[in-house]
Amino acid sequence: MTTVLLETRRLVKAFGANRAVDAVDFTVQAGELLALIGSNGAGKTTLVNLISGLLQADAGTIVFEGRDVTRQSIHERIEAGIARSFQLVNLFDQLTVADNVALTIFARQGKTPHLWTVAARDTVVADEAAQVLRQFGLASKAGMPAAGLSQGERKLLDVAVAYALKPKLLFLDEPTSGVSTREKAPIMDVVTSVVRQEHITAVVIEHDMDIVFRYSDRIVAMHQGAILAQGSPDEIRRNEQVTTTLIGSPPPA
Amino acid sequence: MTPAIRPRLLSRLEVGGGLLVAVALLAVPLVAAPFQTITVCYGLVFAIAALGFNLLLGYTGLLSFGHSAYFGVGAYVTAELVKYLGWTSMEAYVVAGIVASALVAALFGIVCVRYTRIFFGILTLALSQVLWSLALKLFWVTGGSDGLRVPTPTLLFGTLAPTKDKMDFLAYHYYYYVLVLFAAAVAVMWLIVHSPFGKALQAIRDNETRAEFVGVQVRKYRWIAFVVSGAFTGLAGTLWVPLNGLTTPDILYWQFSGRIVFFVVLGGFRTFWGPIVGALAYNYLETYAVGFTVYWQLVLGLVLVLLVLTLPQGLAGAVEALSRRLRGAPAVA
Amino acid sequence: MDTLLSQILNSLFYASILFLIACGLSLVYGVMRIVNMAHGNLYAFGAYVAAWTVGLVAGRLPDVNPVVLFVLLLAGALAAGAAGAVLEPTLLRPLYKRAEEYQLLMTFGLLLVLEDVMRLLWGPHPLTASVVSDALPSVSLLGLTYPGYNLFVIVIGGVAALALWAFVYRTRFGVMLRATSQDMRMASALGINVKRVYVQAFTIGCLMAGLGGAVVMPISGAVLGMGVDALVLAFVVVVIGGLGSLEGALVGALIVGFVRTLGIMYFAEVELAVLYLIAAIVLFVRPAGLFARA
Ligand SMILES: Nc1ncnc2c1ncn2[C@@H]1O[C@H](COP(=O)(O)OP(=O)(O)OP(=O)(O)O)[C@@H](O)[C@H]1O
Ligand SMILES: [Mg+2]
Repeated sequence: MTTVLLETRRLVKAFGANRAVDAVDFTVQAGELLALIGSNGAGKTTLVNLISGLLQADAGTIVFEGRDVTRQSIHERIEAGIARSFQLVNLFDQLTVADNVALTIFARQGKTPHLWTVAARDTVVADEAAQVLRQFGLASKAGMPAAGLSQGERKLLDVAVAYALKPKLLFLDEPTSGVSTREKAPIMDVVTSVVRQEHITAVVIEHDMDIVFRYSDRIVAMHQGAILAQGSPDEIRRNEQVTTTLIGSPPPA
Repeated sequence: MTPAIRPRLLSRLEVGGGLLVAVALLAVPLVAAPFQTITVCYGLVFAIAALGFNLLLGYTGLLSFGHSAYFGVGAYVTAELVKYLGWTSMEAYVVAGIVASALVAALFGIVCVRYTRIFFGILTLALSQVLWSLALKLFWVTGGSDGLRVPTPTLLFGTLAPTKDKMDFLAYHYYYYVLVLFAAAVAVMWLIVHSPFGKALQAIRDNETRAEFVGVQVRKYRWIAFVVSGAFTGLAGTLWVPLNGLTTPDILYWQFSGRIVFFVVLGGFRTFWGPIVGALAYNYLETYAVGFTVYWQLVLGLVLVLLVLTLPQGLAGAVEALSRRLRGAPAVA
Repeated sequence: MDTLLSQILNSLFYASILFLIACGLSLVYGVMRIVNMAHGNLYAFGAYVAAWTVGLVAGRLPDVNPVVLFVLLLAGALAAGAAGAVLEPTLLRPLYKRAEEYQLLMTFGLLLVLEDVMRLLWGPHPLTASVVSDALPSVSLLGLTYPGYNLFVIVIGGVAALALWAFVYRTRFGVMLRATSQDMRMASALGINVKRVYVQAFTIGCLMAGLGGAVVMPISGAVLGMGVDALVLAFVVVVIGGLGSLEGALVGALIVGFVRTLGIMYFAEVELAVLYLIAAIVLFVRPAGLFARA
């Protein structure tokens, strides 16, 4: 028995004449690890931007846990349990790695309006931040400014910051973009193991089809702003429409 | 799981330097001539203003060119209390100054924090100029370009009245009064920037979008920072008037905002202590440089240009970097 | 009727000046992504140099042909342009890679310096050269007598707008300028000398500001503090029209010109406060769409 966690209905976003998201019906089931694929410019990031509230939809609705969140602010959506990471790393560069995560925890606990306590003395938060960093293999970098991390570590921290919100639904926009092929699998190993362990529903945007097939429960393929196909990894692997438009080669034997 | 060791909140340099400075500041009236003590007192007052300003620049990433407005409100509110109500109690001035400047900042802030970068800068400048031109034009209230006189107030709820020799009173009783408030302001600001709220401001400074996406309501927090910043600067304005004995529209003019910018850049806006160092250093320089040049603005501008080109981290930043080098620690990127 | 016409002309006069200042601010922002806080002071600098030059010549040669005096106004424009040509490569160029705060602080430092340099050179008292404006007789227009010099300034504003437009859209240099403003790296890859474009754009911007100061000087004189007033208003103009857009600067200048006339009519007492307030209000309510290039 699966339950629908998030659902978009006829969602539209156009940039001028370019319909980046064109009447998309997109569904996420609770508990799944969904891969969102599609060539460059297919509209994947725009879809996530709409759902997370960075962009306002031109038309259509977004329903999360049965509630219409289409017009809600970013803040309200985060409180509802939607979090995201970014394709281009988006961190607090001058804060330490630990503070990047700690700030997120403070925000989640509603403590950011506190002007009268010393952040570093909040051991509950510090412990949780340390725990998160351990999960992502970043514990040894805790005291370093985020700007000093390597690209791979920055991608991980970007995910860790989103994860620290303890969301119900986590969007990860290309968690392995910009890192070498060799580093991709280790990053995905870390990310997926955390997501599975904590039973977080996740949507991962990813270009590398090996990774997509290896890690996801279900795949949604987009093309030119619309959903081209969706199904299990096996179904997608056999789907000729997908393989010809997106992968550009016949399915491997 | 072992809990993290309690992190050290102040570095050894900060503790040592702080103690030294505290002793020195306490000793000033005992060892220095009244004139020199009053100079230091001005420096402490400006340091409070600079602390407030830097909550915006250093911690929130907003460069205000209109902080003269809040300093001026603090000063003028005091003068109006004298003029219309005949109040003499410094405590009343302080409360009124903080409240009034916070209110004005709250109002102006609604407008200003909708923008960042240069837009924020020009808006703050424009609004401060509104107050300046009003202070000039509404002379029946503000005394116009002559300004308003403020006699030396009574301290500690009227129990400590000014002595015959005004200079001695300012250089002793009033100096310690300001020093206590300065220490309180430093402590409060230190707490604010190290609080979760302060971390949220720094997050906004570093990356507004991401701050929004971890659940920080960026505009609201900027506004709160703006109000706090205005209140600190307003407190400075209130403390400044009895020293000067007079408030004129000059302190509302953009050039005075420029001076506050200057303190902070001189000391270094990337550090907590920078603005304090800058304000004290500036004040020392001014007292001795004004003697041989009336073109003080020119000197300030040139030094600012040089600082930006050659010492962008300011005096305090340079000291910090130096001490890190001496200890052999790696430089922070 | 008369007053209406004279109000309209006053607005146009003011709009001309505003355009001359604002177009440079906008041009520099469009190309270099820097708002020059000292821009208003280059306008003031133009006014001072023009006043000083005209005063010098008119003083030595009392019966010089007025045409010469008009030409001498150009000294203000040239001086401001020359200042720009020196300042950009020496003080701004090292900062393009740094955080934006430093660029703001640098131009703010220049603002302080220029203000005092003018005081140092020409003293604290206003400088004027009304011989120039007196040289033109009043003109009768639809039954209204209007100062000829003010009309001259309106014409200058119009001509400057046209010339600048032709320059940006009809010359080879204009093509490079627009390419650079669109995408600096791409332009550089295409072999455009971006450094040169920057210094040229900055120089032209300062030149226009200096011209504005020079032509306004015979009316309002060269005064300390005029630079910051101008900066704030010019900024409002370019924000209304869209930072980086020349057409926008023109539209913005007209709007602010007319609004100011109304402001003076109804709030003569606190004119300056009203102007700043209008500036703040415009910035506050400016619909986001007015930005030509955000
Ligand atoms: N802010 C924007 N303004 C204008 N056009 C945009 C904007 N964001 C995206 N687009 C356009 O919308 C389309 C979809 O872009 P989107 O970033 O969603 O693609 P994507 O699937 O995430 O691609 P990629 O794999 O390269 O990240 C593209 O044509 C893009 O140029
Ligand atoms: Mg994308």
